[in-house]
Amino acid sequence: MRVALLATCVADTIAPRAARATVRLLERLGHEVDFPAEQTCCGQMHINSGYPDLAMRLIRHHADTFGGYDAVVLPSASCAGSIRHQHAVVARSRGDAGLAERADALAARTYELSELLVDVLGVHDVGARYPHRVTYHPTCHSLRMLRVGDRPLTLLRHVRDIDLVELPAAEECCGFGGTFAMKNSATSGAILADKVANIRSTAASVCAAADSSCLLHIGGGLSRSRTPVRTVHLAEILASTEGTDAL
Amino acid sequence: MSARSEILARVRAALADEPAVRQVPREYRQHSRDAGTADLAEMFGERLAEYTARVHRATPEHTPAEIIAEVLRARGASSAVVARGLPARWRPGTASIGLVDDTGLGIGELDRTDAAVTGCAVAIAETGTLVLDAGADQGRRAISLIPDHHVCVVRTDQIVGTVAEALAALDPLRPLTFISGPSATSDIELDRVEGVHGPRNLDVIVTPVGC
Amino acid sequence: MSTAFLGMPELPGGHGNLRGAAEFPDAARQALGNRQLRDNLAHATGAIRAKRSAVVDEVPDWEELRAAGSAVKADTLARLPELLEQLESAVQARGGVVHWARDAEEANRIVTELAGRQGAREVVKVKSMATQEIGLDAALDAAGITATETDLAELIVQLDNDRPSHILVPAIHRNRREIAEIFAEHMRDDQGRPPTDLGDDPAALTEAARRYLREKFLRTPVAVSGANFAVAETGTLCVVESEGNGRMCLTLPDTLITVMGIEKVVPTWRDLEIFLQLLPRSSTGERMNPYTSMWSGVHGEGGAPDGPREFHLVLLDNGRTRALADDVGRQALHCIRCSACLNVCPVYSRTGGHAYGSTYPGPIGAILSPLLTGMDADDTNASLPFASTLCGACYDVCPVKIDIPSVLVHLRGQATRSGHRTERATMRLLAWLMSSAGRFTAARRLMRLARFGARGGRFRRLPPPLSGWTDHRDLPAPPRRTFRQWWAARRRNGGGAR
Repeated sequence: MRVALLATCVADTIAPRAARATVRLLERLGHEVDFPAEQTCCGQMHINSGYPDLAMRLIRHHADTFGGYDAVVLPSASCAGSIRHQHAVVARSRGDAGLAERADALAARTYELSELLVDVLGVHDVGARYPHRVTYHPTCHSLRMLRVGDRPLTLLRHVRDIDLVELPAAEECCGFGGTFAMKNSATSGAILADKVANIRSTAASVCAAADSSCLLHIGGGLSRSRTPVRTVHLAEILASTEGTDAL
Repeated sequence: MSARSEILARVRAALADEPAVRQVPREYRQHSRDAGTADLAEMFGERLAEYTARVHRATPEHTPAEIIAEVLRARGASSAVVARGLPARWRPGTASIGLVDDTGLGIGELDRTDAAVTGCAVAIAETGTLVLDAGADQGRRAISLIPDHHVCVVRTDQIVGTVAEALAALDPLRPLTFISGPSATSDIELDRVEGVHGPRNLDVIVTPVGC
Repeated sequence: MSTAFLGMPELPGGHGNLRGAAEFPDAARQALGNRQLRDNLAHATGAIRAKRSAVVDEVPDWEELRAAGSAVKADTLARLPELLEQLESAVQARGGVVHWARDAEEANRIVTELAGRQGAREVVKVKSMATQEIGLDAALDAAGITATETDLAELIVQLDNDRPSHILVPAIHRNRREIAEIFAEHMRDDQGRPPTDLGDDPAALTEAARRYLREKFLRTPVAVSGANFAVAETGTLCVVESEGNGRMCLTLPDTLITVMGIEKVVPTWRDLEIFLQLLPRSSTGERMNPYTSMWSGVHGEGGAPDGPREFHLVLLDNGRTRALADDVGRQALHCIRCSACLNVCPVYSRTGGHAYGSTYPGPIGAILSPLLTGMDADDTNASLPFASTLCGACYDVCPVKIDIPSVLVHLRGQATRSGHRTERATMRLLAWLMSSAGRFTAARRLMRLARFGARGGRFRRLPPPLSGWTDHRDLPAPPRRTFRQWWAARRRNGGGAR
C-alpha cells in the first residue's frame, strides 16, 4: 500500500532517526512511502498552548498537504492524537465547518505507526532483531488519547533477541506536557525525576517510546542525571534487522 | 430583584444555547448476577465482615434473641435501647440485660446506654450495607447513633443484590441511614481506623424469616 | 483580582476561597521544596489509587454507570431552572425553608443570621466543600460564633489554622507525627486541658478527636452541612461520610443549615442508585462508605421528632452560573467531588493542593476555579489551566466523565486572550514560519547554527525561556541532517539508500 509519512516537526528537526526508521520499516514490509514535501507541523503546540486561532493556519496547511492521500502514518501518538481529536474541534469552534469536515475525513485515514502495522497491515512480527535490554514507556497520548493499548508491546514481543523488561509505574506521565516543561519547569522536573528513577530500576540499556517529544524529555533527564540509558523510538527497534542495528 | 429570581435568570441566560436534554442511558445492572437468596445472604455477610463488622447467622436452634444476648454480654453491655416496635421474639429474655424502650429518651440518657438493638429496612449484598428507615423495629435515628454498640437484625428476605434494588425498595420521604460497617476514618496517612463517632461496634445478625 | 460578575459588588474575599495569592508555577515550586510534604503526598495518593482501582475493577458495569452518571448531570444542567424550583417546592412541602445566595458573602450572611437567631455561640460543621469555598468559618467567627469542624482531617486543618489541600482528605499533607504535634499544641477540652497519652498512633489520635468532639455533638444546637446530592422530585438531601460526624450533626441539633451549590440537584430518586455506586468507589476506594444519611425536610410524626426541628437549605450560585454559560466548561459542574482525579494526577501528587490556591485543587480545581471566578489579566487563576501535562489520567478515572484535558485546553484559549503579549507574538511568528515548508526549512537552517554552542552533543544551559528546559534536563544538539535533507539526498540517489 502507498502511505504518506508525516515525519512530525520534532522528528524531522531533532530526532530524524525515528522518521528514517519508519520509512525503512514500511519499505521492508513491501509498502511505498511518500513524504509530502510541503508538510510542517500539525499545530498541536499552538492548540495546547491556548492559541487555537493561530493553529487554524497550521490545521489548514496540514489538510491541504495530506488531503489527497489514502493513508497517513506518523511516528508520534501525540501528533496523531491532535489530528484525530483536536483539528476538527478547533476548526468547528472557529466557525470553519468546511475545514472541520476535511479534518474529520483526514482524521479517519491517519494512523500512529503501531496502529498502522497492527490494525491496517495486520502485522505482529515485523521481522526485527534487537539484542538489547529494553524498557517501554507508553506515552500518555498513545495510552489515553489514541488508546493504542498493547499494540506497541505486541510488536516488541515479536522482536528477536530483545530483552523486554517492564517499567514500574509505566503508565504515569513523564512530565513533558509541551510548554508545561518550560512554564512549570520545577513540577515537570519532579515528575521526570521519578520516571528516570523507575527507568534506572529496570537496568535496561534502552528506553523506548512511540513519541519523539517524550523521548527528548526523558532523554534529557537521563543525560542530566548521567544515567547510561539511551532513548530509542519504537520505529528504530522495529526497523532493526540482522544486518543493521539502527543505533 | 430577589436572589432567587436573579439566580434563576442567570441560569436561564447561561443556557441560552439550549443544550440538548439527554435521555439517560440506564444500561447498568439493576439486579445482581448472583441472585439466589442464599448466595446474597452469604455475599452480604462476607462483604459486611470486610468492614470489620461482626456477622452472625441465626437459626431456629440459635435464635436472634439468643445471639443478641450473647453479643451484648460479650461487649459487657448491661443496657440496650430499642424501639417500641422491636418484635418480642427478638428481645432476649435474660434478666442481666436491661432492654429500654425508647420513649423519647434524652441525648444524655442515650449516651449512658451501652447498646442499641434494631431491625432494618433493607440490606445490600454487593456493598455489605444495612439501610435503616426509622421503621417500627428501628425507631428514630439517634437510637442507633449515640450508644457505642449497634446490634442489627437482618431478615434474609430483606437482602437485595444491588444498590438499585435497595433504592427501589425504599421510601425516599423517610429519614434513611445507610450503614456499611462501623464508623471509620482514613484521614491520617490513609491508615484505616475503625470506630470514630458512630457506634464503634457493629454486630449484624442475619436471620431466616420467622426466627 | 477585581472580577465584576453581572455587576455584583465584590466584598473583601470576593468569591470566597477560590483564588490564591501566587501563580501556580511559583506556588508549586515552593511546595516541591518541602521534602516531607512530597513524601506524605506520594504515600497517601499511592495508597488511595490502589484502593480505588481494586474496587472499580470488580464492577462489571462501571462504564455503563459512568455513562449514566454523566448523562444525568448533563440533563440536570440543561433543565436546571425547573429542577431548582421543583426542589424548592419539595423541601418546603416537607417543612424545610429554602434560601438563595448569589455569592459567598450572601450565603455567609444567611447562615450567620440563622445561627444568630437561635442565639448560638457555637455551631458544629460537617465537612463541606461549599462552606470551605465561601469561607463560612471565618464569617461566623467574625460574628462571634465559633464553628467546629467535625471531620477528623478538617479538624486537624482547623486546629492548625491551615488550609485543606485535598477534597477527600484535607490533611493529606500532614503525617501522623505532625498531627500529634498539632493536637498537643492546639486541642483543648472545656477545662482548657490538652489531650493526654497522645503518641502518634492513628488510632490514639482518632480517639483523642472523638473525646474532643463528642461533648460538642451532644450539646450544640445548630449544625451546618453541605450536601452531596439533592433530589428534585422528593426534596431528599444526601450526605455521604465515614466517621459518623455527619450523622451526629444531621441528627442531634435542633437546627440544621445545609449549604449546597445549585449544580448538586439531581432530577429523580432513582438517579441516586448511580451516584451511590460511583462516588464511594471513586472517592475512598470502598464498595460503600460507612455512613450515608438522607432526609427530606423535617422528620418525626406527632410528638416524636426524629432529627432537627428546623431545616434550612441555602442554594448557592457563587460563580456556578458563570461556569454554566461556558458551553465547553459547563461539564465541570458535573463534578461529584470524589477527588479521584487528584490522586492520579502527576502534578497534584507532587505539588499537593495548596499550590492551586483555591478550595478546589488538582485537575478539577484547575478548570473549576477559573470557570467560577473568570480570569482577568493579573488573575492567579489564569495560571491554573496551564498546571497540567494533559496526560489524561484524570479523564480516565472521572466517574462522571468530565473531559478535563479538553476543558483545560479550552480555558488556555481564554487565558491567552489577555496578557501573554510576547508569547502570542512568538506563537504568531511560529505559526507563520510553520505554515510553509520553505519558511520552516529556512528557519531551521538558522537554528542549526546553534549546534556550535553545544558541548558533547548537548546543551546543559540555555537562556530564557529555554532555561526552563535546561534547568532540569539536557537538550541534544540538532543532528547534522534533518529528516527532510536525508529524504532529499536519498531521492537524488534513486531511493532506497540507507
